[in-house]
Amino acid sequence: MFGSYDFDVIERSWRYLFFDGMAFTLRLTVFAMAGGVVFGTLLAMMRLSSIKSLSWIAGTYVNVLRSIPLVLVIFWFYFLVPYIAAWVVRSDTPIQVGAFASSLLTFVMFEACYYCEIMRAGIQSIPRGQVWAGYAIGLDYWQTMGRIVLPQAFRHMLPVLLTQTIVLYQDVSLVYVLSITDFVGAASKVAERDGRLVEMYTFVALIYFISCSVLSHLVRRLQTRIAIVH
Amino acid sequence: MHYHWNWHIFWEQSPDGTGTYLHTLFVGLGWTLALSLLAWIIALLLGVIVGVLRTTSVRWLERAGSAYVELFRNIPLLVQLFLWYFVMPELVPQGLGDWIKQMPPPWGAFVPAVLCLGTFTSARVAEQVRAGINSLPRGQRLAGIALGFTLAQTYRYVLLPMALRIVVPPLGSEFLNIIKNSAVALTINVVELTARARAMQEYSFQVFEAFTGATIIYLLVNMVVVLGMRLIERRIAVPGYIGTGSGPAPARH
Repeated sequence: MFGSYDFDVIERSWRYLFFDGMAFTLRLTVFAMAGGVVFGTLLAMMRLSSIKSLSWIAGTYVNVLRSIPLVLVIFWFYFLVPYIAAWVVRSDTPIQVGAFASSLLTFVMFEACYYCEIMRAGIQSIPRGQVWAGYAIGLDYWQTMGRIVLPQAFRHMLPVLLTQTIVLYQDVSLVYVLSITDFVGAASKVAERDGRLVEMYTFVALIYFISCSVLSHLVRRLQTRIAIVH
Repeated sequence: MHYHWNWHIFWEQSPDGTGTYLHTLFVGLGWTLALSLLAWIIALLLGVIVGVLRTTSVRWLERAGSAYVELFRNIPLLVQLFLWYFVMPELVPQGLGDWIKQMPPPWGAFVPAVLCLGTFTSARVAEQVRAGINSLPRGQRLAGIALGFTLAQTYRYVLLPMALRIVVPPLGSEFLNIIKNSAVALTINVVELTARARAMQEYSFQVFEAFTGATIIYLLVNMVVVLGMRLIERRIAVPGYIGTGSGPAPARH
Protein backbone atom coordinates (compact mmCIF):
# COMPACT_ATOMS: atom_id res chain seq x y z
CA MET A 1 0.00 0.00 0.00
CA PHE A 2 2.83 2.41 0.80
CA GLY A 3 5.04 0.84 -1.83
CA SER A 4 4.44 3.63 -4.30
CA TYR A 5 4.28 6.28 -1.61
CA ASP A 6 6.39 9.21 -2.72
CA PHE A 7 7.93 10.75 0.39
CA ASP A 8 10.03 12.95 -1.83
CA VAL A 9 7.08 15.21 -2.68
CA ILE A 10 6.80 16.19 1.00
CA GLU A 11 10.52 16.85 1.23
CA ARG A 12 10.27 19.04 -1.85
CA SER A 13 7.29 21.03 -0.65
CA TRP A 14 7.36 21.20 3.15
CA ARG A 15 8.82 24.70 3.24
CA TYR A 16 5.98 25.97 1.09
CA LEU A 17 3.41 24.01 3.10
CA PHE A 18 4.53 25.36 6.45
CA PHE A 19 5.96 28.79 5.74
CA ASP A 20 3.21 29.81 3.34
CA GLY A 21 0.25 27.57 4.14
CA MET A 22 0.50 26.83 7.85
CA ALA A 23 1.72 30.37 8.56
CA PHE A 24 -1.47 31.72 6.98
CA THR A 25 -3.64 29.22 8.89
CA LEU A 26 -2.04 30.06 12.23
CA ARG A 27 -2.11 33.82 11.67
CA LEU A 28 -5.76 33.65 10.72
CA THR A 29 -6.57 31.42 13.70
CA VAL A 30 -4.86 33.67 16.25
CA PHE A 31 -6.25 36.96 14.94
CA ALA A 32 -9.73 35.52 14.43
CA MET A 33 -9.68 34.17 17.96
CA ALA A 34 -8.68 37.54 19.41
CA GLY A 35 -11.26 39.43 17.37
CA GLY A 36 -13.88 36.74 17.88
CA VAL A 37 -13.51 36.71 21.66
CA VAL A 38 -13.76 40.52 21.89
CA PHE A 39 -16.75 40.78 19.55
CA GLY A 40 -18.28 37.64 21.04
CA THR A 41 -18.06 39.11 24.55
CA LEU A 42 -19.74 42.29 23.35
CA LEU A 43 -22.48 40.18 21.73
CA ALA A 44 -22.92 38.24 24.96
CA MET A 45 -23.26 41.48 26.93
CA MET A 46 -25.82 42.69 24.40
CA ARG A 47 -27.77 39.44 24.63
CA LEU A 48 -27.89 39.71 28.40
CA SER A 49 -28.68 43.40 28.30
CA SER A 50 -31.91 44.67 29.80
CA ILE A 51 -32.38 46.89 26.74
CA LYS A 52 -34.77 44.77 24.67
CA SER A 53 -33.72 45.97 21.22
CA LEU A 54 -30.03 45.31 21.89
CA SER A 55 -30.62 41.78 23.10
CA TRP A 56 -32.94 41.11 20.18
CA ILE A 57 -30.38 42.27 17.60
CA ALA A 58 -27.57 40.24 19.15
CA GLY A 59 -29.81 37.19 19.58
CA THR A 60 -30.98 37.27 15.99
CA TYR A 61 -27.48 37.78 14.63
CA VAL A 62 -26.10 34.87 16.63
CA ASN A 63 -28.98 32.53 15.83
CA VAL A 64 -28.95 33.23 12.11
CA LEU A 65 -25.22 32.76 11.75
CA ARG A 66 -25.32 29.59 13.80
CA SER A 67 -28.04 28.16 11.56
CA ILE A 68 -26.26 28.40 8.24
CA PRO A 69 -23.17 26.55 6.99
CA LEU A 70 -19.78 28.17 7.47
CA VAL A 71 -19.10 27.72 3.75
CA LEU A 72 -22.10 29.89 2.98
CA VAL A 73 -20.95 32.49 5.51
CA ILE A 74 -17.54 32.54 3.84
CA PHE A 75 -19.17 33.21 0.47
CA TRP A 76 -21.42 35.88 1.99
CA PHE A 77 -18.58 37.87 3.47
CA TYR A 78 -16.30 37.35 0.50
CA PHE A 79 -18.79 39.26 -1.64
CA LEU A 80 -20.07 41.55 1.09
CA VAL A 81 -16.75 42.87 2.38
CA PRO A 82 -15.93 44.95 -0.75
CA TYR A 83 -19.30 46.67 -0.35
CA ILE A 84 -18.78 47.24 3.37
CA ALA A 85 -15.32 48.67 2.65
CA ALA A 86 -16.78 50.95 -0.04
CA TRP A 87 -19.45 52.10 2.41
CA VAL A 88 -16.87 52.82 5.10
CA VAL A 89 -14.68 55.00 2.85
CA ARG A 90 -17.67 56.38 0.92
CA SER A 91 -16.47 55.02 -2.38
CA ASP A 92 -18.73 54.52 -5.38
CA THR A 93 -17.31 51.18 -6.42
CA PRO A 94 -16.78 48.07 -4.33
CA ILE A 95 -13.26 47.95 -2.93
CA GLN A 96 -11.25 44.76 -3.20
CA VAL A 97 -9.62 43.84 0.09
CA GLY A 98 -6.97 41.14 0.34
CA ALA A 99 -7.66 37.46 0.94
CA PHE A 100 -6.37 37.67 4.49
CA ALA A 101 -8.40 40.71 5.53
CA SER A 102 -11.54 39.30 3.97
CA SER A 103 -11.27 35.88 5.58
CA LEU A 104 -10.21 37.42 8.90
CA LEU A 105 -13.38 39.51 9.00
CA THR A 106 -15.44 36.44 8.07
CA PHE A 107 -14.05 34.32 10.87
CA VAL A 108 -14.25 37.11 13.45
CA MET A 109 -17.92 37.70 12.62
CA PHE A 110 -18.70 33.97 12.49
CA GLU A 111 -16.74 32.62 15.44
CA ALA A 112 -17.94 35.53 17.57
CA CYS A 113 -21.35 33.82 17.58
CA TYR A 114 -19.88 30.70 19.13
CA TYR A 115 -17.66 32.65 21.54
CA CYS A 116 -20.75 34.70 22.43
CA GLU A 117 -22.66 31.64 23.57
CA ILE A 118 -19.68 30.48 25.60
CA MET A 119 -19.23 33.89 27.24
CA ARG A 120 -22.94 34.14 27.90
CA ALA A 121 -22.81 30.88 29.83
CA GLY A 122 -19.72 32.18 31.62
CA ILE A 123 -21.35 35.47 32.59
CA GLN A 124 -24.48 33.71 33.74
CA SER A 125 -22.41 31.43 35.96
CA ILE A 126 -21.40 34.43 38.07
CA PRO A 127 -23.82 34.88 40.98
CA ARG A 128 -26.04 37.96 40.58
CA GLY A 129 -25.02 39.14 44.01
CA GLN A 130 -21.61 40.06 42.64
CA VAL A 131 -23.16 42.48 40.16
CA TRP A 132 -25.28 44.04 42.88
CA ALA A 133 -22.23 44.27 45.11
CA GLY A 134 -20.41 46.08 42.30
CA TYR A 135 -23.22 48.58 41.90
CA ALA A 136 -23.51 48.93 45.67
CA ILE A 137 -19.92 50.08 46.02
CA GLY A 138 -20.53 52.68 43.32
CA LEU A 139 -19.10 51.02 40.19
CA ASP A 140 -20.91 51.67 36.91
CA TYR A 141 -21.94 49.00 34.40
CA TRP A 142 -18.63 48.91 32.50
CA GLN A 143 -16.56 48.82 35.68
CA THR A 144 -18.68 46.05 37.16
CA MET A 145 -18.42 44.04 33.96
CA GLY A 146 -14.74 44.75 33.31
CA ARG A 147 -13.42 44.28 36.82
CA ILE A 148 -15.75 41.79 38.45
CA VAL A 149 -17.86 39.73 36.09
CA LEU A 150 -15.78 39.27 32.94
CA PRO A 151 -12.47 38.28 34.59
CA GLN A 152 -14.24 35.47 36.43
CA ALA A 153 -16.32 34.48 33.41
CA PHE A 154 -13.14 34.21 31.34
CA ARG A 155 -11.50 32.03 33.90
CA HIS A 156 -14.52 29.74 34.14
CA MET A 157 -14.77 29.49 30.40
CA LEU A 158 -11.12 29.45 29.38
CA PRO A 159 -10.99 25.71 28.60
CA VAL A 160 -14.15 25.92 26.48
CA LEU A 161 -12.88 29.05 24.72
CA LEU A 162 -9.66 27.24 23.88
CA THR A 163 -11.51 24.13 22.68
CA GLN A 164 -13.57 26.37 20.42
CA THR A 165 -10.29 27.83 19.16
CA ILE A 166 -9.12 24.34 18.16
CA VAL A 167 -12.38 24.02 16.25
CA LEU A 168 -11.61 27.40 14.65
CA TYR A 169 -8.12 26.19 13.70
CA GLN A 170 -9.78 23.29 11.85
CA ASP A 171 -12.50 25.49 10.35
CA VAL A 172 -9.94 27.82 8.82
CA SER A 173 -9.27 25.04 6.31
CA LEU A 174 -12.59 25.96 4.66
CA VAL A 175 -11.06 29.10 3.13
CA TYR A 176 -10.03 26.50 0.55
CA VAL A 177 -13.37 27.30 -1.17
CA LEU A 178 -11.96 30.75 -2.04
CA SER A 179 -8.73 29.19 -3.42
CA ILE A 180 -6.74 30.82 -0.64
CA THR A 181 -3.36 29.29 0.20
CA ASP A 182 -3.89 28.14 3.74
CA PHE A 183 -2.35 24.83 4.87
CA VAL A 184 -4.89 22.70 2.98
CA GLY A 185 -4.88 25.09 0.02
CA ALA A 186 -1.09 24.90 -0.24
CA ALA A 187 -1.16 21.11 -0.04
CA SER A 188 -3.85 20.86 -2.67
CA LYS A 189 -1.87 23.07 -5.03
CA VAL A 190 1.20 20.85 -4.69
CA ALA A 191 -1.01 17.76 -4.95
CA GLU A 192 -2.58 18.92 -8.20
CA ARG A 193 0.71 20.10 -9.67
CA ASP A 194 2.62 16.90 -8.94
CA GLY A 195 -0.29 14.46 -9.13
CA ARG A 196 0.44 13.36 -5.57
CA LEU A 197 -3.00 13.56 -3.94
CA VAL A 198 -2.56 10.53 -1.68
CA GLU A 199 0.73 11.69 -0.20
CA MET A 200 -0.26 15.30 0.30
CA TYR A 201 -3.66 14.71 1.87
CA THR A 202 -2.50 11.96 4.22
CA PHE A 203 0.36 14.25 5.27
CA VAL A 204 -2.04 17.13 5.89
CA ALA A 205 -4.36 14.87 7.89
CA LEU A 206 -1.42 13.63 9.95
CA ILE A 207 -0.21 17.15 10.77
CA TYR A 208 -3.71 18.25 11.79
CA PHE A 209 -4.19 15.11 13.83
CA ILE A 210 -0.95 15.55 15.74
CA SER A 211 -1.37 19.27 16.35
CA CYS A 212 -5.02 19.04 17.43
CA SER A 213 -4.32 16.06 19.70
CA VAL A 214 -1.49 17.91 21.43
CA LEU A 215 -3.55 21.08 21.78
CA SER A 216 -6.60 19.35 23.19
CA HIS A 217 -4.39 17.42 25.58
CA LEU A 218 -2.95 20.72 26.81
CA VAL A 219 -6.44 22.18 27.21
CA ARG A 220 -7.46 19.20 29.32
CA ARG A 221 -4.42 19.66 31.57
CA LEU A 222 -5.15 23.35 31.89
CA GLN A 223 -8.75 22.57 32.78
CA THR A 224 -7.75 20.63 35.89
CA ARG A 225 -5.19 23.26 36.89
CA ILE A 226 -7.30 26.42 36.70
CA ALA A 227 -10.58 25.08 37.99
CA ILE A 228 -11.96 27.50 40.58
CA VAL A 229 -12.37 25.66 43.85
CA HIS A 230 -15.58 26.60 45.56
CA MET B 1 -21.75 52.41 -4.59
CA HIS B 2 -24.50 50.69 -6.48
CA TYR B 3 -25.80 47.21 -6.31
CA HIS B 4 -28.68 46.36 -8.61
CA TRP B 5 -31.19 44.36 -6.65
CA ASN B 6 -33.31 42.04 -8.71
CA TRP B 7 -35.49 39.78 -6.63
CA HIS B 8 -37.32 38.53 -9.71
CA ILE B 9 -34.23 36.56 -10.56
CA PHE B 10 -35.64 33.59 -8.64
CA TRP B 11 -38.37 33.22 -11.25
CA GLU B 12 -36.05 33.47 -14.23
CA GLN B 13 -34.84 30.40 -16.10
CA SER B 14 -31.51 29.04 -14.96
CA PRO B 15 -29.00 28.24 -17.72
CA ASP B 16 -28.98 24.53 -16.93
CA GLY B 17 -32.41 24.39 -18.52
CA THR B 18 -34.18 22.51 -15.76
CA GLY B 19 -36.37 25.34 -14.53
CA THR B 20 -36.24 28.56 -12.59
CA TYR B 21 -33.41 29.52 -10.26
CA LEU B 22 -35.75 28.91 -7.35
CA HIS B 23 -36.31 25.42 -8.66
CA THR B 24 -32.58 24.69 -8.83
CA LEU B 25 -32.19 25.89 -5.25
CA PHE B 26 -34.87 23.46 -4.13
CA VAL B 27 -33.24 20.62 -6.06
CA GLY B 28 -30.07 21.56 -4.18
CA LEU B 29 -32.01 21.39 -0.93
CA GLY B 30 -33.08 17.88 -1.91
CA TRP B 31 -29.44 16.83 -2.24
CA THR B 32 -28.57 18.52 1.06
CA LEU B 33 -31.34 16.61 2.83
CA ALA B 34 -30.55 13.29 1.13
CA LEU B 35 -26.89 13.65 2.07
CA SER B 36 -27.70 14.63 5.64
CA LEU B 37 -30.27 11.90 6.25
CA LEU B 38 -28.16 9.06 4.85
CA ALA B 39 -25.12 10.28 6.76
CA TRP B 40 -27.28 10.58 9.87
CA ILE B 41 -28.20 6.87 9.69
CA ILE B 42 -24.51 5.92 9.56
CA ALA B 43 -23.71 8.39 12.34
CA LEU B 44 -26.37 6.97 14.65
CA LEU B 45 -25.45 3.32 14.08
CA LEU B 46 -21.68 3.78 14.45
CA GLY B 47 -22.06 6.43 17.13
CA VAL B 48 -24.17 4.24 19.42
CA ILE B 49 -21.78 1.30 18.98
CA VAL B 50 -18.67 3.38 19.68
CA GLY B 51 -20.35 5.23 22.54
CA VAL B 52 -21.25 1.91 24.15
CA LEU B 53 -17.73 0.56 23.66
CA ARG B 54 -16.33 3.52 25.56
CA THR B 55 -18.40 2.69 28.65
CA THR B 56 -17.88 -1.08 28.83
CA SER B 57 -14.99 -0.99 31.35
CA VAL B 58 -13.21 -3.45 29.07
CA ARG B 59 -9.83 -1.82 28.64
CA TRP B 60 -9.06 -2.49 25.00
CA LEU B 61 -12.63 -1.79 23.86
CA GLU B 62 -12.54 1.58 25.60
CA ARG B 63 -9.16 2.34 24.06
CA ALA B 64 -10.41 1.44 20.60
CA GLY B 65 -13.50 3.59 21.12
CA SER B 66 -11.58 6.65 22.22
CA ALA B 67 -9.02 6.21 19.43
CA TYR B 68 -11.93 6.26 16.99
CA VAL B 69 -13.36 9.44 18.46
CA GLU B 70 -9.98 11.18 18.59
CA LEU B 71 -9.26 10.26 14.99
CA PHE B 72 -12.40 11.88 13.64
CA ARG B 73 -12.31 14.88 15.95
CA ASN B 74 -8.76 15.98 15.32
CA ILE B 75 -8.83 16.19 11.53
CA PRO B 76 -10.79 18.97 9.80
CA LEU B 77 -13.93 17.82 8.01
CA LEU B 78 -12.63 19.15 4.69
CA VAL B 79 -9.45 17.06 4.96
CA GLN B 80 -11.47 13.99 5.90
CA LEU B 81 -13.61 14.54 2.84
CA PHE B 82 -10.50 14.68 0.65
CA LEU B 83 -9.26 11.47 2.25
CA TRP B 84 -12.53 9.70 1.39
CA TYR B 85 -12.75 11.14 -2.08
CA PHE B 86 -9.15 11.26 -3.35
CA VAL B 87 -7.18 8.91 -1.13
CA MET B 88 -9.49 6.03 -0.21
CA PRO B 89 -9.97 4.71 -3.80
CA GLU B 90 -6.17 4.50 -4.12
CA LEU B 91 -5.63 2.56 -0.91
CA VAL B 92 -8.31 -0.13 -1.28
CA PRO B 93 -7.67 -3.14 -3.57
CA GLN B 94 -7.40 -2.00 -7.15
CA GLY B 95 -10.61 -3.59 -8.42
CA LEU B 96 -12.71 -1.88 -5.77
CA GLY B 97 -10.82 1.37 -6.24
CA ASP B 98 -11.48 1.37 -9.98
CA TRP B 99 -15.14 0.60 -9.38
CA ILE B 100 -15.41 3.57 -7.01
CA LYS B 101 -13.67 5.88 -9.44
CA GLN B 102 -15.95 4.84 -12.28
CA MET B 103 -19.19 5.52 -10.43
CA PRO B 104 -21.22 7.86 -12.62
CA PRO B 105 -21.73 11.42 -11.38
CA PRO B 106 -23.15 12.51 -9.03
CA TRP B 107 -22.73 9.23 -7.14
CA GLY B 108 -18.95 9.23 -7.40
CA ALA B 109 -18.89 12.28 -5.12
CA PHE B 110 -22.14 11.69 -3.23
CA VAL B 111 -21.17 8.31 -1.76
CA PRO B 112 -17.82 9.46 -0.32
CA ALA B 113 -19.57 12.56 1.04
CA VAL B 114 -22.18 10.42 2.84
CA LEU B 115 -19.48 8.15 4.30
CA CYS B 116 -17.39 11.12 5.36
CA LEU B 117 -20.22 13.04 7.03
CA GLY B 118 -21.57 9.87 8.62
CA THR B 119 -18.30 8.79 10.22
CA PHE B 120 -17.37 12.36 11.19
CA THR B 121 -20.69 12.82 12.98
CA SER B 122 -20.61 9.32 14.48
CA ALA B 123 -17.64 10.37 16.64
CA ARG B 124 -19.72 13.25 17.99
CA VAL B 125 -22.77 11.04 18.50
CA ALA B 126 -20.53 8.56 20.34
CA GLU B 127 -19.49 11.28 22.79
CA GLN B 128 -23.12 12.12 23.51
CA VAL B 129 -24.12 8.48 23.93
CA ARG B 130 -21.21 7.89 26.27
CA ALA B 131 -22.18 10.94 28.32
CA GLY B 132 -25.77 9.69 28.40
CA ILE B 133 -24.79 6.25 29.66
CA ASN B 134 -22.41 7.73 32.22
CA SER B 135 -25.14 10.03 33.50
CA LEU B 136 -27.17 7.03 34.65
CA PRO B 137 -26.76 6.05 38.30
CA ARG B 138 -24.13 3.33 38.71
CA GLY B 139 -26.69 1.20 40.48
CA GLN B 140 -28.52 0.52 37.25
CA ARG B 141 -25.59 -1.32 35.73
CA LEU B 142 -24.98 -3.20 38.96
CA ALA B 143 -28.65 -4.08 39.23
CA GLY B 144 -28.61 -5.50 35.73
CA ILE B 145 -25.60 -7.67 36.51
CA ALA B 146 -27.10 -8.70 39.85
CA LEU B 147 -30.20 -9.92 38.03
CA GLY B 148 -27.97 -12.29 36.12
CA PHE B 149 -27.91 -10.36 32.85
CA THR B 150 -24.81 -10.59 30.75
CA LEU B 151 -23.07 -7.31 29.95
CA ALA B 152 -24.74 -7.25 26.54
CA GLN B 153 -28.17 -7.85 28.07
CA THR B 154 -27.57 -5.14 30.68
CA TYR B 155 -26.97 -2.68 27.88
CA ARG B 156 -29.85 -3.94 25.80
CA TYR B 157 -32.53 -4.02 28.51
CA VAL B 158 -31.35 -1.61 31.21
CA LEU B 159 -28.86 1.04 30.14
CA LEU B 160 -29.59 1.85 26.51
CA PRO B 161 -33.37 2.28 26.78
CA MET B 162 -32.74 5.01 29.33
CA ALA B 163 -29.57 6.53 27.90
CA LEU B 164 -30.86 6.83 24.35
CA ARG B 165 -33.91 8.74 25.55
CA ILE B 166 -31.76 11.09 27.59
CA VAL B 167 -29.46 11.95 24.68
CA VAL B 168 -32.21 12.87 22.23
CA PRO B 169 -31.86 16.67 22.72
CA PRO B 170 -28.09 16.81 22.09
CA LEU B 171 -28.52 14.45 19.15
CA GLY B 172 -31.03 16.92 17.73
CA SER B 173 -28.38 19.61 17.62
CA GLU B 174 -25.97 17.14 16.02
CA PHE B 175 -28.54 16.64 13.30
CA LEU B 176 -28.65 20.39 12.73
CA ASN B 177 -24.86 20.30 12.52
CA ILE B 178 -24.87 17.54 9.92
CA ILE B 179 -27.13 19.63 7.66
CA LYS B 180 -24.76 22.57 7.94
CA ASN B 181 -21.67 20.41 7.53
CA SER B 182 -23.08 18.87 4.37
CA ALA B 183 -22.24 22.13 2.56
CA VAL B 184 -18.57 21.14 2.69
CA ALA B 185 -19.42 18.50 0.08
CA LEU B 186 -19.49 21.24 -2.55
CA THR B 187 -15.68 21.05 -2.57
CA ILE B 188 -15.93 17.65 -4.29
CA ASN B 189 -18.69 18.85 -6.61
CA VAL B 190 -21.80 17.60 -4.86
CA VAL B 191 -24.27 20.22 -6.02
CA GLU B 192 -26.19 20.69 -2.80
CA LEU B 193 -27.89 23.89 -1.68
CA THR B 194 -24.84 26.09 -1.07
CA ALA B 195 -23.25 24.95 -4.33
CA ARG B 196 -26.48 25.82 -6.17
CA ALA B 197 -26.54 29.29 -4.62
CA ARG B 198 -22.93 29.75 -5.68
CA ALA B 199 -23.73 28.60 -9.22
CA MET B 200 -26.74 30.92 -9.32
CA GLN B 201 -24.47 33.80 -8.29
CA GLU B 202 -21.98 32.94 -11.02
CA TYR B 203 -24.56 32.70 -13.78
CA SER B 204 -26.82 35.59 -12.82
CA PHE B 205 -24.38 37.93 -11.00
CA GLN B 206 -27.13 38.46 -8.41
CA VAL B 207 -24.78 37.64 -5.53
CA PHE B 208 -26.83 38.74 -2.58
CA GLU B 209 -30.18 37.46 -3.82
CA ALA B 210 -28.67 34.02 -4.38
CA PHE B 211 -27.12 33.85 -0.92
CA THR B 212 -30.19 35.35 0.73
CA GLY B 213 -32.28 32.63 -0.91
CA ALA B 214 -30.02 29.87 0.37
CA THR B 215 -29.83 31.45 3.83
CA ILE B 216 -33.60 31.62 4.13
CA ILE B 217 -33.96 28.00 3.04
CA TYR B 218 -31.40 26.89 5.62
CA LEU B 219 -33.21 28.91 8.29
CA LEU B 220 -36.54 27.31 7.38
CA VAL B 221 -35.05 23.80 7.47
CA ASN B 222 -33.51 24.66 10.80
CA MET B 223 -36.87 25.77 12.16
CA VAL B 224 -38.65 22.67 10.94
CA VAL B 225 -36.03 20.42 12.53
CA VAL B 226 -36.15 22.33 15.82
CA LEU B 227 -39.95 22.08 15.94
CA GLY B 228 -39.83 18.39 15.03
CA MET B 229 -37.23 17.74 17.70
CA ARG B 230 -39.38 19.51 20.27
CA LEU B 231 -42.27 17.17 19.48
CA ILE B 232 -40.06 14.10 19.68
CA GLU B 233 -38.43 15.28 22.88
CA ARG B 234 -41.77 15.85 24.54
CA ARG B 235 -42.92 12.34 23.64
CA ILE B 236 -39.88 10.45 24.77
CA ALA B 237 -38.48 12.53 27.62
CA VAL B 238 -37.82 10.38 30.66
CA PRO B 239 -40.06 11.66 33.46
CA GLY B 240 -38.00 13.21 36.21
CA TYR B 241 -34.97 13.87 34.01
CA ILE B 242 -34.34 17.34 32.69
CA GLY B 243 -30.78 16.45 31.99
CA THR B 244 -29.25 16.15 28.57
CA GLY B 245 -26.32 13.94 27.72
CA SER B 246 -23.71 16.54 28.52
CA GLY B 247 -23.31 20.25 28.85
CA PRO B 248 -23.22 22.52 25.81
CA ALA B 249 -20.45 21.00 23.73
CA PRO B 250 -18.70 23.56 21.57
CA ALA B 251 -20.75 23.27 18.45
CA ARG B 252 -19.22 23.03 15.04
CA HIS B 253 -20.41 23.55 11.61
